[in-house]
Amino acid sequence: MACSATAKIIHNPLVLSSSRSAEKYESCCKISGPSSLLGSKFLGKKLLSAKSAISLASRRSGAVVAVSSDVVKEKKVKSGSSAASNLLITKEEGLVLYEDMYLGRAFEDMCAQMYYRGKMFGFVHLYNGQEAVSTGFIKLLKQEDCVVSTYRDHVHSLSKGVPARQVMSELFGKTTGCCRGQGGSMHMFSKEHNVLGGFAFIGEGIPVATGAAFTSKYKREVLKEDCDEVTLAFFGDGTCNNGQFFECLNMAALWKLPIVFVVENNLWAIGMSHLRSTSDPQIWKKGPAFGMPGVHVDGMDVLKVREVAQEAIGRARRGEGPTLVECETYRFRGHSLADPDELRDPAEKARYATRDPITALKKYLFENNLANEAELKAVDKKIDEIIEDSVEFADASPVPARNQLLENVFADPRGFGIGPDGKYRCEDPKFTEGTAQV
Amino acid sequence: MAASFGVSSAAAANAVKSPALSPPSLPVIRSEARPISCRVNKSRKAGKITTKAVAAQAENPASAASKPGHEVLLFEALREGLEEEMERDPRVCIFGEDVGHYGGSYKVSKGLADKYGDLRVLDTPIAENSFIGMAVGAAMTGLRPVVEGMNMGFLLLAFNQISDNCGMLHYTSGGQFTIPTVIRGPGGVGRQLGAEHSQRLESYFQSIPGIQMVACSTPYNAKGLMKAAIRSENPVVLFEHVLLYNLKERIPDEEYVVSLEEAEMVRPGEHVTILTYSRMRYHVMQAAKTLVNKGYDPEVIDIRSLKPFDLYTIGNSIKKTHKVLIVEECMRTGGIGASLTAAINENFNDYLDAPIVCLSSQDVPTPYAGTLEEVTVVQPGQIVTAVEQLCR
Repeated sequence: MACSATAKIIHNPLVLSSSRSAEKYESCCKISGPSSLLGSKFLGKKLLSAKSAISLASRRSGAVVAVSSDVVKEKKVKSGSSAASNLLITKEEGLVLYEDMYLGRAFEDMCAQMYYRGKMFGFVHLYNGQEAVSTGFIKLLKQEDCVVSTYRDHVHSLSKGVPARQVMSELFGKTTGCCRGQGGSMHMFSKEHNVLGGFAFIGEGIPVATGAAFTSKYKREVLKEDCDEVTLAFFGDGTCNNGQFFECLNMAALWKLPIVFVVENNLWAIGMSHLRSTSDPQIWKKGPAFGMPGVHVDGMDVLKVREVAQEAIGRARRGEGPTLVECETYRFRGHSLADPDELRDPAEKARYATRDPITALKKYLFENNLANEAELKAVDKKIDEIIEDSVEFADASPVPARNQLLENVFADPRGFGIGPDGKYRCEDPKFTEGTAQV
Repeated sequence: MAASFGVSSAAAANAVKSPALSPPSLPVIRSEARPISCRVNKSRKAGKITTKAVAAQAENPASAASKPGHEVLLFEALREGLEEEMERDPRVCIFGEDVGHYGGSYKVSKGLADKYGDLRVLDTPIAENSFIGMAVGAAMTGLRPVVEGMNMGFLLLAFNQISDNCGMLHYTSGGQFTIPTVIRGPGGVGRQLGAEHSQRLESYFQSIPGIQMVACSTPYNAKGLMKAAIRSENPVVLFEHVLLYNLKERIPDEEYVVSLEEAEMVRPGEHVTILTYSRMRYHVMQAAKTLVNKGYDPEVIDIRSLKPFDLYTIGNSIKKTHKVLIVEECMRTGGIGASLTAAINENFNDYLDAPIVCLSSQDVPTPYAGTLEEVTVVQPGQIVTAVEQLCR
């Protein structure tokens, strides 16, 4: 299940409406309907068998999947530098992908260490195991494109280009953090790199992403600017049962907004199995219900994700509208650092561990002579140093002083109103000291 | 990486010294109490404000032509304000249900879709939480959306987005993103609209940090507040009232905005400070006529800014009269009056000769039956009685 180019799949996944493949899926899914109310372990096993059946079926029947040979052919024409004619990436691209995924993994591992050492607090949600989705999508974006995430947002921010120092400082609650220490783990924002958050309530970010996509369309059509910016909205399986998800699918398709909805289906919403909470667990199917393509892709395979992402982002840039991409992925750690992670079947975890996206990409790079051990070790070392540096930087950074408290509540601080003495309250020195009572 | 996000005290002071963030030539109307003189319509501030809740009688055409300004109904004033701002800044856009082709449920955006197109005046599907969230996302990326809640009550569905995103994102992003949205719509108790269409959301929203709330009550301040709200970099909730849309008033031809943070002196007086806002202003003025006939001299202030309170105008009045009556349409529990009472007690306790009296609506879901609905809100008779008791 590693990064092989599955040449059997012949259809462009995004042109295909799901109605054709639906029959195939339905027949597969007869094996395990969601009708059972048994415990999650049992259902988990059933889901896996359903998914294996799906991928088997897809290899056999050519139904909706990740890679399409149309895209592969395109790549062959474009990337003249790749030696083998059936390779999906060049060496340079491969190294970029590897470095980004390793950065995400190493950073999150360091977060765990720092958390247990008492350097960061609260709810910290780590991304280990899901790196292929972040890297596969975000490395295709320009700086002006926007990314919206959930509370599991460290790696999305890093992939988008926010320096590790800024993210680590934010986690430590220091003023040098990307949000001056005011946001924390669940609220990563960067105006420079167009990371629009970081949201603690799931589903909350999807309308924001839809709005950013709306701005892109508005700039093009009303302001007549040359704008083809796209927005990516990342969220999980649990979010796909939330009203805001459906409302935004509708609006995005209705107005053909340049947005890609990326579902990181890691099967678990804290301790709630996706199968126990969802009437029809195949999330990609919900796209066509609203008039946009729905695609299911192996989210543990960065090359497959990248293929799909290229097409989806391309669609959005060309003004053809939104796409719903469901990435089957898995988080190797618990929901957050406070989660004992007792409900998930160890066998399930072990199975996904064999599909570690970083190991898989490494294997692909070696097998196709795109990189050797030494080059990757050099990347590892470089990243390790960046991480170390980010911790040192965060440690050495100052904590916010009292006077930061009242800044940024309002963009225009006249919003604090007029005090009894007739002056605006923000003119009161206690405001800059942070001791005023608001 | 320099942490240059925050507002330094110097910047804040400078921001305050210039009256508005708009071009310097535009007069910002301040109340008389403040030292900065207002250049437009000084006569209004001297107390010649219309006290009639109903439209003025038809005037002699000759005299009407010679008077400055033009007559508008309140909803037209709102539309004028909206249109002027849309003309001035192409990033200003409107979202809402039926705001485009239908022209808005109370005709506030009538004709604007024809003029500016379907993208600038966006008819949304019925998904309040999501389209308000969309407005937040659009505002973060450079647009200035004005979002209409078809009835303010519907915005309860958008509480998540208004509270968490509108109010908080500027702070949680460390000042990186601004949310210059205006959320507006008709609210308040109408004529037998039933409980759900008769809600007063100002009490629910007032605790949200990071937003400002204003309530308009006359065509003049409606247009001024609309423009000020659109120009503000802060998220502003503009409360309109279902029963006030047809008020008629003569407003200036010249462009103007009013201050978002200031209260409006409606009727100067000596005996008692009556603080009110929105529709209750008219019940108060009706009661004022009776009170004047009985020999009382009430000072009536339309607080206009529900969050934050204009403690200067309010304080000056209390220092003069030493008695306060709050008249509001909000429910009693946790309402604007409750907050105002607390704020006055904290800041001006020494100046009070009597406890603050607060007249609010009953904590009751507004009944459909007309007779019952009438007694859920404060009526002029109650106001007269309250003043008489207060001034005994």
